[in-house]
Amino acid sequence: MPLLEIRNLSVTFPTAHGAFRAVDGVDLTVEEGDLVGIVGESGSGKSVTMLAIMGLVGYPGQVTADRLAFDGQDLTKLGRRQRRKLAGKAMAMIFQEPLTSLNPCFTVGFQIMEALRVHEGLSRHEARKRAVQLLGSVGIPAPESRLSAFPHQLSGGMNQRVMIAMATACRPRLLLADEPTTALDVTIQAQILDLLVDLQRSNRMAMMLVTHDMGVVAETAQRVVVMYAGQIVEAHSAGRLFAHPRHPYTQALLDALPERSLGRARLPTLPGVVPGAHDRPDGCLFNPRCRYRQPVCLSDPPALADDRVGRETGKIRCHFPLHPADLEASA
Amino acid sequence: MLRFILTRVTLVIPTFIGITLLAFALIRLVPGDPIEIRAGERGIDPVRHAQMMQEYGLDRPLLEQYADYIWDVLNGDFGASITTHQPVLREFFALFPATLELSICAMIFALAIGLPAGVLAATRRGTAVDYGVMGVSLTGYSMPIFWWGILLILLFSVHLGLTPVSQRISDLYWVDPVTGFMLIDTLLGDQEGAFLSALHHLVLPSIVLGTIPLAVIARMTRSSMLEVMGEDYIRTARAKGLGPGRTIWLHALRNALIPVITVVGLQVGVLLTGAILTETIFSWPGVGKWLVDAIGRRDYPRLQGGIMLIATAVILVNLTVDILYGIINPRIRHAR
Repeated sequence: MPLLEIRNLSVTFPTAHGAFRAVDGVDLTVEEGDLVGIVGESGSGKSVTMLAIMGLVGYPGQVTADRLAFDGQDLTKLGRRQRRKLAGKAMAMIFQEPLTSLNPCFTVGFQIMEALRVHEGLSRHEARKRAVQLLGSVGIPAPESRLSAFPHQLSGGMNQRVMIAMATACRPRLLLADEPTTALDVTIQAQILDLLVDLQRSNRMAMMLVTHDMGVVAETAQRVVVMYAGQIVEAHSAGRLFAHPRHPYTQALLDALPERSLGRARLPTLPGVVPGAHDRPDGCLFNPRCRYRQPVCLSDPPALADDRVGRETGKIRCHFPLHPADLEASA
Repeated sequence: MLRFILTRVTLVIPTFIGITLLAFALIRLVPGDPIEIRAGERGIDPVRHAQMMQEYGLDRPLLEQYADYIWDVLNGDFGASITTHQPVLREFFALFPATLELSICAMIFALAIGLPAGVLAATRRGTAVDYGVMGVSLTGYSMPIFWWGILLILLFSVHLGLTPVSQRISDLYWVDPVTGFMLIDTLLGDQEGAFLSALHHLVLPSIVLGTIPLAVIARMTRSSMLEVMGEDYIRTARAKGLGPGRTIWLHALRNALIPVITVVGLQVGVLLTGAILTETIFSWPGVGKWLVDAIGRRDYPRLQGGIMLIATAVILVNLTVDILYGIINPRIRHAR
């Protein structure tokens, strides 16, 4: 039984011009201990998908799914109270902006201990002991004295470590990391990422790592899901996807990596932006930006199909998936 | 922190100079003088008038009078009331506890209703609760105090007979003033029912005086909560699996209180102004009524002293608010 099973998950927000689908029919399976990378540009629905899994999509957003199951338990059928028992305990989430994600009015110790006391009913003393351990385990020096620090007294990297300590306080089985390094300095990014991967392995928890940095995914994830305009356009194992991207969008993202363009005068870019609420094209959502566009792409939206490449099966949403030969031709 | 407080206190000095100037000048702009008013309809012989003016030192140039007054004040002498010949300072401190007690009760009432109402309106944004709270608070804010007071007296005291109309306590009791706070003094004494009587007398004036601060606090709390509820750390709190109670009343309200505290501090000034009207309506023996009487009698020393002392109180409250602000908002406490 997979740890997390999602079938046809959609999140819609009503707008003045009708409903906007921020997440559009996402299918996703995460096994125990998996590390899944989710990539895509800003506005491709990655974060909203994470929030929907956590049950944090606020009014007026509407979440629908054929199946949204955690550890065999159907989340859509759970009441709010039962849902809250999972959030922060069995599944936890860390966010992009560590400083604004921590409450400025409470010490970091209080905020870590709060999770422990609410979910595990620890006494003040026990919670304090655990909080010190946790801060130590995320690499914060002098954890004992850091407990009484306020978020504004710590650096961005330290705050993100605090967030990680808080999220992993109750040993979650699934950690959703929503662009955990985007707001940090480049040197700190690598440290935080290493920390997350270490924790993921040592705690044997599954992790979904959302990012728009392909490089980050290449270093860490086993499987990669590429999202565009609220839809999954491609899902493959990391090795497969980086070696032979099948979707033109994946290819464009990879081409935009500086380390892949050594020796070229200019870094290839992907013109245009992700379609928003008002400019969704007919047919394939990617067609206005696709360099392989055919007439059928303008009229018929492609379905997400199984994609067998070699011995592996992934997913692809494209009328004309790329073949390795195309790649060489385009290079 | 100490340096912060010292800086604030230093800034108070120019404010004081401004207040003394205003208090001194404004009352002298009002036609008539204390001697003339005291003589009343009978009138007074001009020679006797001039003689008395000289006696009180009111015939000297204004600037000289002002300089003298400031010098006396700096030496702790606020002069004596022209009407009662009692030292202004003693009269003020005998009456101020009554005003303070009323103001504190009004503020407690305003906070006790205004804060939860604002939070409810914010968390149920766009519902009947929200529109209800906002509508009522706008009405409360626009209500002239004297009219609202009389309306309440008519309903609760005259028609329903639920509350007393005036004074701080029933005539049946005699309470020795120890602290000047009726609620405390009645508890210190041993007369049965005195405390309840004092409380009973406080209800209506507190509601009347607290209405405007209540409306302001409710509206401020609502907008502040709405802003805070959209913050990332509220999402984090929910991601931690905290219930709506803890998320709203602890994580959000603590942050939302920061601007509300400032407003509460500013409302204290409004409260003391309102006290003047409220005390007049309810014959409440506080400094408000004492000042209104002083205006009628052109009692210069009493007015000047009273205004200065009330201004001091407001300034002290605002200073306290600044310090409280630092306690609630750690980012300010640690700022250098």
